[in-house]
Amino acid sequence: MRVMAQMAMVMNLDKCIGCHTCSVTCKQAWTNRSGVEYVWFNNVETRPGQGYPRRYEDQETWKGGWTLNRRGRLALKGGGRFKKLFSIFSNPKLPAIQDYYEPWTYDYETLTNAPLQEHTPVARPKSLLTGEDMKISWSANWDDDLGGSPDHGDKDVLLKGIADKVKFEFEQTFMFYLPRICEHCLNPSCAASCPSGAIYKRTEDGIVLVDQDKCRGWRMCVSGCPYKKVYFNHRTGKAEKCTFCFPRIEVGIPTVCSETCVGRLRYIGLMLYDADRVLAAATTPDEHGLYEAQRDVFLDPNDPHVVAEAERAGIPRDWIEAAQRSPVHALINKYRVALPLHPEYRTMPMVWYIPPLSPVVDVVRDTGYDAEDRGNLFAAIEALRIPIDYLAQLFTAGDPGPVDTVLRRLAAMRSYMRDINLGRDTDESIPDAVGMTGEQLYDMYRLLALAKYDERYVIPPAHAEQAHSLEELATDCSLDYEGGPGMGGSGPFGESSGGATPIAVENFHMLVDRQTSDTLVDPGDKELRVNLLNWDGKGRPAGLFPPRHDTPAVPGGGDPAGEVEPKP
Amino acid sequence: MTGTLLFVVFPYVCLAIFIGGHVWRYRYDKFGWTTRSSQLYERRLLRIGSPLFHFGILLVALGHIGGLLVPESWTEAVGVSEHAYHVVAVGVGTLAGICTLAGAAILIYRRRTVGPVFSATTVNDKIMYVLLIATIILGLGTTVLGNLTDDPHNYRESVSPWFRSIFYFQPDPDLMTNAPIGFRLHAISAFVLFAFWPFSRLVHVFSAPLGYLTRPYIVYRSRDAHLGARPTRRGWERVP
Repeated sequence: MRVMAQMAMVMNLDKCIGCHTCSVTCKQAWTNRSGVEYVWFNNVETRPGQGYPRRYEDQETWKGGWTLNRRGRLALKGGGRFKKLFSIFSNPKLPAIQDYYEPWTYDYETLTNAPLQEHTPVARPKSLLTGEDMKISWSANWDDDLGGSPDHGDKDVLLKGIADKVKFEFEQTFMFYLPRICEHCLNPSCAASCPSGAIYKRTEDGIVLVDQDKCRGWRMCVSGCPYKKVYFNHRTGKAEKCTFCFPRIEVGIPTVCSETCVGRLRYIGLMLYDADRVLAAATTPDEHGLYEAQRDVFLDPNDPHVVAEAERAGIPRDWIEAAQRSPVHALINKYRVALPLHPEYRTMPMVWYIPPLSPVVDVVRDTGYDAEDRGNLFAAIEALRIPIDYLAQLFTAGDPGPVDTVLRRLAAMRSYMRDINLGRDTDESIPDAVGMTGEQLYDMYRLLALAKYDERYVIPPAHAEQAHSLEELATDCSLDYEGGPGMGGSGPFGESSGGATPIAVENFHMLVDRQTSDTLVDPGDKELRVNLLNWDGKGRPAGLFPPRHDTPAVPGGGDPAGEVEPKP
Repeated sequence: MTGTLLFVVFPYVCLAIFIGGHVWRYRYDKFGWTTRSSQLYERRLLRIGSPLFHFGILLVALGHIGGLLVPESWTEAVGVSEHAYHVVAVGVGTLAGICTLAGAAILIYRRRTVGPVFSATTVNDKIMYVLLIATIILGLGTTVLGNLTDDPHNYRESVSPWFRSIFYFQPDPDLMTNAPIGFRLHAISAFVLFAFWPFSRLVHVFSAPLGYLTRPYIVYRSRDAHLGARPTRRGWERVP
């Protein structure tokens, strides 16, 4: 047994309202730089829908993840080492920018600079790649809330088997939101695809990161990741991906997406797992067995034998305690209501999801029946095969069994808690029917519905003796890095050269540059861009407001020679 | 005098810049050490042009290693006559050269006509293209034109010994001054390219990921070695 700790996340899809706050705050924090305009480390997709990038789940096209070869051994679906090296000059499976979307901004300046004219001036969309006018035809959430689904709803990869049964008419459809970040897999195929060995998994917390100094821009990771959560920065020529906000996690605070989630639907905690069993689990022959196989890889942090092994593996005591209190462990292995996203990719993903019961509840409520009655809900779960089959395509490689079980548990929690809330006697046959105790149902309710901050985030910080050099603590001078205080300057080979600037410093300078720039779009120089997404209301981006007049208006009468403010 | 300057001093200066430049760039600018791929913008033309160019130029490089570093006496010792060698070298070399040039033509056409690719092109790239294409055309032109005459020049008795003489520090410029003008121009242009190499995107040649064939698939690294985004300051290294 080789115990390793993994920082993991669970998202409760029932509570996601699709507000995209996680996406926006993540973008502000990590991908507001040039070269990654099109990149969303966190994105929220409406399902059924194509996702971002479009149809990323179609692994027959993209060849991401792992597969079993003819001898039953685990192999990269995109081809082995030799094939990778032979196709290195032109990656055959790289999504084009059109598969994501062409990033754009608007020439807001026209709104204030336009001369007096009959028609209201408009801000035209300008491509951030070329600076030319462009026609916006897609984005990261173009099909949000099933928008345009009569036109392209059937392009959802998961609908291949059940497309004829799913109706995209308003009365008959169902939908839910799926927020996605990097899965920080136990068996990451992006890392395995990287020819340079730049992508690594941190031994302490299992976070998968790209070493920006070792990445050479071969782009094999982008193809290798079946979730398409590694992105190519087209200005620096390096791969970038979700970092699980490691500078924050290291000091014990949750990721930006979790912290800002208004639905409080994200849970962060540690999982202990046996690294020696990962390969065997990923090689499980039957795709339907992958969910159980991955659950078996996780260790019980309360087992004294596991604790002893963990201590022998050098995992600090407070980390083991955090693993025992981990909400992620509770949801995955204790209540068993969390499921992995696309286990059939065999990467052993570590961001799990509680499937939404709400499509079922909505249907029951709309028919006029009591939507919190156990009998009605169980019957509806039985009857509503299409949402269940669809969820099974997402979470269990198409096996409806586990999804069914989870939804029954969620339904049981609703009925059981209603009795408590109404002051009635609890009905112990409800937990019995789903193989749980009343106390467990109550605890699950507490974790899922109340979701207290310190219960949903149990994040042990990195250790005090290392604290002075962690990113988010400013006990070192934040400008004290090689080449600094660099003041945002570039190396002699353009903006991508020189040492990597600390993120905090880079963001600060970018904001200042944006606020003081006067050119709309110039891909040649990242410092001359106005992007209202990043404008925090402080400072005045030149061109946003008309120039001030030299002589201020004198109140009450005033100067006859003075200019008169034009009235709108 | 000019010979000494062009074929002794100049090559040494260029090689010194080539080696020193790479060491310096690697130490200073690991972050900028990349292919700067533009495949994200456009892939249809790249799909044809890039492999054509790269495999072509790899073959050209192999040919140069064979032609410049292996002395004529060695190939004759294993029974390959000058004529046989010449036919093979010119045949394969011309083919590889044409592939390279055709690939480069496609890539340059793409770079000029595809909007996003064009706006991502830096001055540095343009200088690199001029030097690279000039070297390729001079080399290919010398090979093709030289073989149109009845008595093609045997560069293995002039250029190759001179090139090797640079590396054992007994440079003999006379070997080169007597070679046809095409070879001289090709050599000079190549050395200019070598001097510019470490400061251009061509550095990606030296990150050919051969280690991928032997390393384990999943790389594990401890965060202790390198905390945060900056290297540990001297005296603050973590004690194991």
